[in-house]
Amino acid sequence: MATPNIPLWEVFIRSRNGLAHKHVGSLHATDATLALQAARDIYTRRGEGLSIWVVPSNAITASDPSEKGMMFEPAESKIYRHPTFYDVPDEVGHM
Amino acid sequence: MTVANISVSETPLVLYTLRRADDALILGHRLSEWCGHAPMLEEDMALANMGLDLLGQARELYSYAAKVEGRDNDEDKFAYLRDVRQYRNLLLLEQPNGDFARTMVRQFFYATFADLYWRAMMRSSDLTLAAIAAKSEKESAYHVRHSSEWIVRLGDGTEESHRRTQSAIDELWAFTGEMFAVDDSERGLIDARIAVDPAALHPQWLKTVSSVVSEATLALPKSDWMQQGGRSGRHSEHLGHLLSELQSMQRTFPGATW
Amino acid sequence: MYTQALNTSDGDERHIEDAERATQFQARIDADERIEPNDWMPAAYRKTLTRQISQHAHSEIVGMLPEGNWITRAPSLRRKAALLAKVQDECGHGLYLYAAAETLGSSREELVDAMLGGKAKYSSIFNYPTLTWADIGTIGWLVDGAAIMNQIPLCRCSYGPYARAMIRVCKEESFHQRQGFEIMLTLCRGTAEQKAMAQDALNRWWWPVLMMFGPPDQVSQHSDTSTKWKIKRFSNDELRQKFVDATVPQAQFLGLTFPDPGMKQNEAGNWEYSAIDWEEFKQVLAGNGPCNRDRMAARRKAHDDGAWVREAAMAYAEKRKQRAALQAAE
Repeated sequence: MATPNIPLWEVFIRSRNGLAHKHVGSLHATDATLALQAARDIYTRRGEGLSIWVVPSNAITASDPSEKGMMFEPAESKIYRHPTFYDVPDEVGHM
Repeated sequence: MTVANISVSETPLVLYTLRRADDALILGHRLSEWCGHAPMLEEDMALANMGLDLLGQARELYSYAAKVEGRDNDEDKFAYLRDVRQYRNLLLLEQPNGDFARTMVRQFFYATFADLYWRAMMRSSDLTLAAIAAKSEKESAYHVRHSSEWIVRLGDGTEESHRRTQSAIDELWAFTGEMFAVDDSERGLIDARIAVDPAALHPQWLKTVSSVVSEATLALPKSDWMQQGGRSGRHSEHLGHLLSELQSMQRTFPGATW
Repeated sequence: MYTQALNTSDGDERHIEDAERATQFQARIDADERIEPNDWMPAAYRKTLTRQISQHAHSEIVGMLPEGNWITRAPSLRRKAALLAKVQDECGHGLYLYAAAETLGSSREELVDAMLGGKAKYSSIFNYPTLTWADIGTIGWLVDGAAIMNQIPLCRCSYGPYARAMIRVCKEESFHQRQGFEIMLTLCRGTAEQKAMAQDALNRWWWPVLMMFGPPDQVSQHSDTSTKWKIKRFSNDELRQKFVDATVPQAQFLGLTFPDPGMKQNEAGNWEYSAIDWEEFKQVLAGNGPCNRDRMAARRKAHDDGAWVREAAMAYAEKRKQRAALQAAE
């Protein structure tokens, strides 16, 4: 008999106050409480974290890489959104 | 050639410290036996973490015992060169791992006690013990959390897990009384506010244990007969086998440094 | 993102082979771009990586056993804590690697079942026994040393989740080899009996460690495509040579000799070693090493003994969900 699948979770850790939670890896657990404990036991053994989020992997909705053109390329031409687009004489100094 | 056991001057404070050190070492050793064999990888990580917490506690306590004793004993001599009759740990902690339910029930009974105990010991007039207590309390608190979550899942999981967990509770219950016992040697330390009276922690322990056990749809045994002896070196047969493995290198190669 | 859930089923059009896509894919690899789980990839790339990453994961998990054999007998409390932490790290590494493999569409359970069923391989080295404490030092020094040689280039592997897992693994493993070397150094500076123990361990492990890098380049079956896909960046023989050159001075420092009287330094400064017994390697891979049966039996036992625990946790989660649904309905 095939072994039944235990749900997969994604783990996000805030390593220091002031930083955002960052994806660090995954684990398997049957429920959220055990997932949080497993995340602590697996991903913070060397003092890597101050706060943990666990999210069921199947709760994540991801963009489709084949739609990369439609999704992300239109932003590339809007260079006026970046400070370097504007000419300010050097003598004005930092702005 | 054989290595003689070390002799220990068991003044009340040395004896007291060795008892707690032995508790931590023996339970840490038992947990380390799981490494590579746990029910899932995530739990392998958790068991090793708890084992490492306990080994760390044992080392600090042995080092303090050596300092208080003031002879040439050290953490390794205490761990590796005392025989069964010189070990002072609780009988509960030397009980074999058995199945995962047995290991978790043992952990749950002890951690629930240790957490209360170390929290109270943070007010010890002995500053070293108070510092060790502060570190150990945080570790024990997590052990309580982890083991109680498992007790609930195992008790309220499947018929098989319920049966195994109830049987573990029934088998280990008689070893819980020893955690709250006090002898004359320790009574003096309690009076001097170096140690705390574990009997005072019993109501809170029972309350926590009962509430988790009942959430797990399990029951505590009615029997109040309790086994004792570990604190004075009268152990179960299991400890000798544990020590013969733990100490095999030091006994085979006397005096070598590793 | 290490998630299986992002992977689409096999019926998805992205799995249909397509010459144009294959060309684009190779162009991305050539430009040193990373491939991510949702990206189109040739079926053979997916298959190769699933095989390699899962074998790597199995190796970490089976690799816990030979060293785990000494946790309860470690000769000092300091060594005991270090060894337990090291073997625990290996468990963690297996776990990260299974998660990386899962992003390619197979579940951990399927991968583990394949290993327990004897259908998937793991590193040959873990089929040798740890007989003395010096074996623990030797494994840390040589087996972890060889593993690091293999693993560092994998941090730049073309498949994102694998590369990220390897970065974490390499970072954590940095203490493993030092731990092993320290054990060896203590033995070599100890009694004559301890030094002999260290030499004996080196004698037994040296050739199996050289075999860890895999068959010689002229017969390695997977190398060509793996190199093209930037899964592999150095050949087996290149890495093996790099390892030997790094190890010789360390052994000299310890005062140990290699069980290879033909070993000599050539003009280029590389250490040449004698012919490796590839028949032994083949036999160990085929299941005939000294410990293959014990290793598999131990993993199967852990899996079978743990089944009721996993079932209980699943059943509890299901009950809790149902209770929550009932409460919500009230």
